Amino acid sequence: MAAPAPSIIVDSVSKRFTLRHARSIKDMTIRAVRRQSLSETFHALEDVSLTVHPGETVALMGLNGSGKSTLLKLISGVMTPDSGTVRVRGRVAGLIDVGAGLHPELTGRENVFLNGAILGMTQAEIRRKFDEIVEFSGVARFLDNQVKFYSSGMFMRLAFSIAAHTDPDIFLIDEVLAVGDPPFREKCLQRIRRLRDEGRTMVIVAHDIQMLTKLCDRGVMMRSGRKVFDGDVAKAGEMWRQDRQRPRPASQPVG
Amino acid sequence: MSGARAAGGAAAEAPSSDGGPVPVPGAAPTDVDMSGMYDPAGSGGLREMLRRRYLLRLLLRRELKARYKGSLLGLGWSYVRPAVYFCVYFFVIGVFMGMDRVIEDFPVYLFSAMVLVNLFTETLTSATRSVLHNAPLVRKVFLPRELFPTASLLVSLVHFLPGLAILVIAAIASGARPSPSTLAGALVGFAIVVLLGMGLGLLCSAITVFFHDMEQVVDISMIVVVWSVPMIYPWTHVRDSAPDWVLDLYLANPLVSAVTLFQRAFWLPGTRGDMPPVPHLTAHTLASLAFAVAMLLFGQWIFARLQSRFAQEL
Repeated sequence: MAAPAPSIIVDSVSKRFTLRHARSIKDMTIRAVRRQSLSETFHALEDVSLTVHPGETVALMGLNGSGKSTLLKLISGVMTPDSGTVRVRGRVAGLIDVGAGLHPELTGRENVFLNGAILGMTQAEIRRKFDEIVEFSGVARFLDNQVKFYSSGMFMRLAFSIAAHTDPDIFLIDEVLAVGDPPFREKCLQRIRRLRDEGRTMVIVAHDIQMLTKLCDRGVMMRSGRKVFDGDVAKAGEMWRQDRQRPRPASQPVG
Repeated sequence: MSGARAAGGAAAEAPSSDGGPVPVPGAAPTDVDMSGMYDPAGSGGLREMLRRRYLLRLLLRRELKARYKGSLLGLGWSYVRPAVYFCVYFFVIGVFMGMDRVIEDFPVYLFSAMVLVNLFTETLTSATRSVLHNAPLVRKVFLPRELFPTASLLVSLVHFLPGLAILVIAAIASGARPSPSTLAGALVGFAIVVLLGMGLGLLCSAITVFFHDMEQVVDISMIVVVWSVPMIYPWTHVRDSAPDWVLDLYLANPLVSAVTLFQRAFWLPGTRGDMPPVPHLTAHTLASLAFAVAMLLFGQWIFARLQSRFAQEL
């Protein structure tokens, strides 16, 4: 049997960030006179490869700054790698800070259309799913109010609801599960499980190890921009737990 | 698409259950089916705008709505500024300084240039800001980034239309009957302004992401632009008071050709025609159009090259 066609291929990808300490001519001059460096580079990812197949649910694990979010951004196309390639198949939708597309001055209704279109839905598609999105978010009463008057919980619920109804082939989820009250959070998890059971590919970043191990079937453990483990999610979670308990090694770059 | 998805879903179960080849985690794929795979950060440039026109329309509506939300006059504010400019120019330059007696139908002369110059300055300044001001979206969601400058251009066009309508009415009221050939000329002038504004807008918006100074540079340059076209004075003043090479440089400005074409369509037919025509207008027009197209291609090329670094710079 040939290997099934993958939905995400990350092939020996590296990503460096340049942290600029000085932006203005004045700051640059002062730093140059003091012989301080103007910038430093920081390796967010080093030679990371990852192949994800349709229907897999992958948890990216690791401490803050280990490169999880950067990897997710590379897969979503928001960033491009310095070396290596990223290839995807099908529609990718990112639940990466879902509130980004909501415009505070527009009403909830207008935002459903705008944010839906931003996430790649067509007009007909949004019309078809409109009721479902509103129903899921539970903000029906305030649909014609400007979003800036929403509570932060309502705001995130609407945002999540739009993103969760985009019907992507690949779903990238970053930290959004930390939002909302427990009942809504449970609703989000149910929705994610349903999408998973429909055979969609998912890559999830979250901080709740217990929830991740229940939800995902594969864990990828990251340390300082390198992939150190890829396999059973429970084992990856165990490694992460150990990392958390251990004090940060001094060699680890700050940032 | 859906067929592939269903097949994929079934295949995902296969490796673990039937003992088939479990994909080696992390191994670089060698013999896998790469068909249908694409670069998630790949962008189709401006052509992509046609495919995403629904989103473009919503962004345009958002821009128009959000800008004037909570104000009594709403969209009306976008006409107050040009109206005030017009009055200042008309009374100070036209009446007090006597330009009204030098140029026949001075208000029409002034206004036909003003609508075009406003279109240019508004397109360029708002496009320059567009990427920076949409930083949250650029950082978090993958969108063809050309959407933002394009939406700025559309907003400027929406503001331009009523101005154009007023111009046509004023031209007819002053006795001008534009001919088809001069109207075609005006259309070329419009095209020059749009292409040039968009090309420079793409270029400047990309640079602004890296150097926020660009926003100031563009803002200040716009002061010069207003005075560098025959809008509040006739081109003959440049001929009479500056050396020949300055005049050549002056006439080489694509905006001068565009403005002249507009005046030829909407102002000139209403006058006795005693203003000497701008020399070599056809040649200048063709050169300007070519330059504007080249600018658009160049702006798009630079934008496409820099946009892969937008997310990390913002």
